[in-house]
Amino acid sequence: MSSGTSAMALSQSGRLNVAELRQEIDRLMERGEATRASHLLSELWTKDNTVSTATFIVSRYEQLRPKLNLLPYRMAILRSFTVEPIVPLLRAGSFHARIDLTVHMSDFNAHVQEILDPKSSLYGFAPDVVFLAVQTRDVAPELWRDYADLNSEQVQSAATRVVGDFRSWVSNFRARSKAHLIIHNLEQPSVPSCGILDGQVANGQAVAIQQINRRLQALAAERTGVYILDYDSLVARHGRAHWHDERKWLTVRLPMAAENLNHVAKEWLKFLHPLTGKVAKTVVVDLDNTLWGGVIGEDGMAGIELGTEYPGVYFHNLQRALLDLHQRGILLAICSKNNLDDALEALKNHAGMLLKPSHFAAMRINWTDKAENLRAIAEELNIGVESLAFLDDDPTECQQVRSQVPEVFVIDLPSDPRGFAQAVRESPVFERLVLSEEDQRRGAIYQAHRDRQELAQTVASRDDFYRSLQQEAEIAPLTKASLTRIAQLTSKTNQFNLTSRRYTEQQISEMVSSPGCDCFSIRVRDRFGDNGLVGVAITRFEGQRCEIDTLVLSCRVIGRTVETAFLSFIADHARKLGARRLRGWFLPTTKNAPARDFYASHSFTPLEQNGKGILWELNLSQVPVSCPEWVKVTVRNGDR
Amino acid sequence: MTSPLFERVRGIAENVLKLPGSQITAQSSPETIASWDSVQHLNLILALEQEFGCQFEPEEIDQMNSIDRIHSVVQNKLNHGS
Repeated sequence: MSSGTSAMALSQSGRLNVAELRQEIDRLMERGEATRASHLLSELWTKDNTVSTATFIVSRYEQLRPKLNLLPYRMAILRSFTVEPIVPLLRAGSFHARIDLTVHMSDFNAHVQEILDPKSSLYGFAPDVVFLAVQTRDVAPELWRDYADLNSEQVQSAATRVVGDFRSWVSNFRARSKAHLIIHNLEQPSVPSCGILDGQVANGQAVAIQQINRRLQALAAERTGVYILDYDSLVARHGRAHWHDERKWLTVRLPMAAENLNHVAKEWLKFLHPLTGKVAKTVVVDLDNTLWGGVIGEDGMAGIELGTEYPGVYFHNLQRALLDLHQRGILLAICSKNNLDDALEALKNHAGMLLKPSHFAAMRINWTDKAENLRAIAEELNIGVESLAFLDDDPTECQQVRSQVPEVFVIDLPSDPRGFAQAVRESPVFERLVLSEEDQRRGAIYQAHRDRQELAQTVASRDDFYRSLQQEAEIAPLTKASLTRIAQLTSKTNQFNLTSRRYTEQQISEMVSSPGCDCFSIRVRDRFGDNGLVGVAITRFEGQRCEIDTLVLSCRVIGRTVETAFLSFIADHARKLGARRLRGWFLPTTKNAPARDFYASHSFTPLEQNGKGILWELNLSQVPVSCPEWVKVTVRNGDR
Repeated sequence: MTSPLFERVRGIAENVLKLPGSQITAQSSPETIASWDSVQHLNLILALEQEFGCQFEPEEIDQMNSIDRIHSVVQNKLNHGS
């Protein structure tokens, strides 16, 4: 559909094969064109996921690293098998996601010593995340190999021992490290020791291993920052019979076949995306040949393919996958080159549509170019373009978006619509490790946001608008129930964030248990609905001073004076505890301009400036911070 | 000597061992190339398995201790099916 010279130039690299891409990358690097080289490296990785290409990509990124804006992240692997060949695949995938991953590997089967010894190389490495990748045959050899010898009591006691081992590893690890811990659960053997009899008895081999896995899941759920990687399902998904290479296991302790190495790397990457915040909050979808088969403007309502039968079912499946994302708190939006009326007719009235207009938080159905539309959608939803994912069947559109708005995650769709739903389900940018109440209600929250904007256009003055919102704020100290959301806000909020200090759940729990440190959350409701928990403040007392370590507010409520209400509470709190002065840093980033004037506009004075930011101070005995009359504030007691 | 297959093998070795192709000859081996350690050897074997869609036997892996010998093992494998 799209034409013109720019599209021609853009698709140029699309014609290069793998060998030509490598040459072109080296040519660009010699000329010092780091950004362009990194785009082609991404294209190369999308085309070819092999060990050989991964090694090439890693070595080139290691040279380009200083010129690119990559997020450093440290990962340790405690393992009972060879993982070395997986590491270049994982690092290549990480570079593709703008993560510069440093990997530390424990010695073989040394996970117990590494965890128990506080001076071990594991803790010396100071990882951000640790993967505990041990296998059934190593940690439960009796259940893996000798199952036929065991009576049911022995099976139970073996299972209890294994779960007890994991429990003690996790507790000891947590006592020494705040890093995230990802535990591989236990795989079942490809063929059970007792054959089909295994399915007939109460505690067969498969059931015994599944029970261990259920208890591991419960063990992880009890703790913060401990997660399960369902290794058993990973193996099953790719075929147990084709997963292993017994020759490699016997010779070099590598259990899986060469073709499966990348499946492990991809599964690890699915955890790294949410851990590093490299996730999409919104997926922007095309309509023709993406949400349905055919072109609505030409084929009409009766002509497009969409429904529960072949071939429309492929598009139906994609809609189901998108609906699943919606339930996970990921917003949906439309960007389509179409006549608005044609498109709306199909969206509203086609019997095969699983998605309805109300599922979409924003729509750009016009003939404007997609890069521009994506920027407009990000602005409308009040999120950065780096939080958008883009789904379009047309490779030219994808290429245009990649080069014009490289921050957007472009989902690669296969040419056959049969694979569309799976491409969405397998994309790591939609992965989440925790789901807060807010995530599940996000779609409704944005609907209310649209209603509020309409109201803002109808009332005469700003103050009238604030009054008409009837805002109620509830401020509460940290509770166990709010911890997940609070950590999520500190780690994901980019715009109204004064210091951009990122904290994990464990770090917050630990800070708050130290004397003089408090953490508060704010929840905001108005006449259009509950915005949920939208803000966090962390304060620290030192003598007669109170310092605001962290103050973040979700973009959902920016510009409605909630920040003033929150600051007014913080000032009262500080005064009550005997502080004379309230201070706080503003540390600028590329995204937090909305918070830049916060301290100045509340009569703070600049005290100190270093290379990173400005320290502001308010004399609490001289200047009050009054709460806006239109925000009704209630303060709750915590459960601590 | 330089058949298309040989060039494919050399191309993979070039990537995995992180060397320019000109430095890799038929005689190159772990003895002559410093970066060719046991981990890189395993990576090289796996990269070849991915490239040629086969799985090598332990005996074959033992033999694959120079570019030339890797080339012959791969050639045999492709001729006799895997």
